[in-house]
Amino acid sequence: MKPPPFRYHDPGTVDEAVALVSSLDNAKLLAGGQSLMPMLNMRYVLPDHLIDLNRITDLSYIEESGGRVTIGAVTRQRDIERSDLLRRRCPLLRKALRQVGHPQTRNRGTIGGSLCHLDPSAELPAALAALDATVHVVGPNGARDVPMADFPAFYMTPAIEHDEILGAVSFDPWPAGHGSAFVEFARRPGDFAIVGVAALLEPGPDGTVGRAAIALAGVGPGPVRCAAAEERLAGRAPDADAIRAAALTCADIEAMEDIHAPSSYRRHLAVELTSRALHAALAEPGAGSPK
Amino acid sequence: MTGVGELPETRSVTLSVNGERHEIDVETRMTLADCLRRKLGKTGTHLGCEHGVCGACTVLVDGRSARGCLMLAVQANGAEITTVEGLASRGGEWHPLQQAFHEHHALQCGFCTAGILTSMVEFLGENPDPTEDEVREALSGNICRCTGYQGIVRAVLDAAGRLRARNGAIAP
Repeated sequence: MKPPPFRYHDPGTVDEAVALVSSLDNAKLLAGGQSLMPMLNMRYVLPDHLIDLNRITDLSYIEESGGRVTIGAVTRQRDIERSDLLRRRCPLLRKALRQVGHPQTRNRGTIGGSLCHLDPSAELPAALAALDATVHVVGPNGARDVPMADFPAFYMTPAIEHDEILGAVSFDPWPAGHGSAFVEFARRPGDFAIVGVAALLEPGPDGTVGRAAIALAGVGPGPVRCAAAEERLAGRAPDADAIRAAALTCADIEAMEDIHAPSSYRRHLAVELTSRALHAALAEPGAGSPK
Repeated sequence: MTGVGELPETRSVTLSVNGERHEIDVETRMTLADCLRRKLGKTGTHLGCEHGVCGACTVLVDGRSARGCLMLAVQANGAEITTVEGLASRGGEWHPLQQAFHEHHALQCGFCTAGILTSMVEFLGENPDPTEDEVREALSGNICRCTGYQGIVRAVLDAAGRLRARNGAIAP
């Protein structure tokens, strides 16, 4: 028996889940289980209580209302990947998800689980950072919203209290005709990315860039927005020189170092992959093309 | 049953495995893969890494591939599970994937085979006419240490053709 002994709870509603998590000591929340189950199997975590969110059907949905897209926390990654609504309104998520693990893990893995696990190299947090998403958290005193920029509190630690659960994430989709790309480097398909880049480009007047959003995975504890690169592009014609100049702003970012890659290599990848992501986003119909 | 307040705790679950219904008591911490192997004797599902990387324990849960080591058996309550034992027809005729794996020498030790077969059942169901690159990417979630994958890729492409022919033959 690999996992340690725990008491198992499978609430059917968000209220029940919040009541459990705010009253039980040393409890872990189980969403898709594609990160927590390995940690249980290896006994890296030893919870006294496991609160399984998979029976809460209210947390599994993708909807658009008032021009804003909301995705429930326990929505499977595979369902997001295949959603017609998101394919139309936010192709970036599908592009990011195609590089998350494998179909076998995306069938179980959830968007909320990926956000809360907050692996530094994870694709979904980077994509949601580029989208300026808002995380909706539910606790014993009601709901509160956390901007994606404030969501990572520390290495692999989201800004969620021990008695709260993540309910949903929402964002304003970019207008039709925007370009998007998610580009990453990993040693094999499905491996953790060493560096990943989410890019969004909105065309402006006269062939210029109206708005750009770029977020990096794999360089810091949480997703890193490249404000300098975004500013370099806005209002400019997106030719190869402008893209190069924007990408080069990543050359001196602070990048982490671990057994997989030194920080110098991560900075190199940040520049190169940002350039590739911008070219790919620009090559999309409606987004314009490099002159 | 264990006493109230004591661990390990157990629960009664109902699983349908390859069309057979089972009502069993499982420890809540037992993985689906361990449950299939130890409680139900379905030892065709193999356990390699037990943390979701090798793919050997992949089974179909309500038609979708999933790592048997990354799900608890209690979470499969009410689900339809397909293991490698459920791929051949009731009469014993191999699934076209199994036949193609046999003919193309797509296995040596066989440890990874069950997980590859179940993964490819789902893949070919969604993508009946894949390119070789798509097959290679689809296989990336399953690790084989014997074959070098060449025979596996050939077998999957061949099986795709057999399945198209079979499904074409019964289409109106």
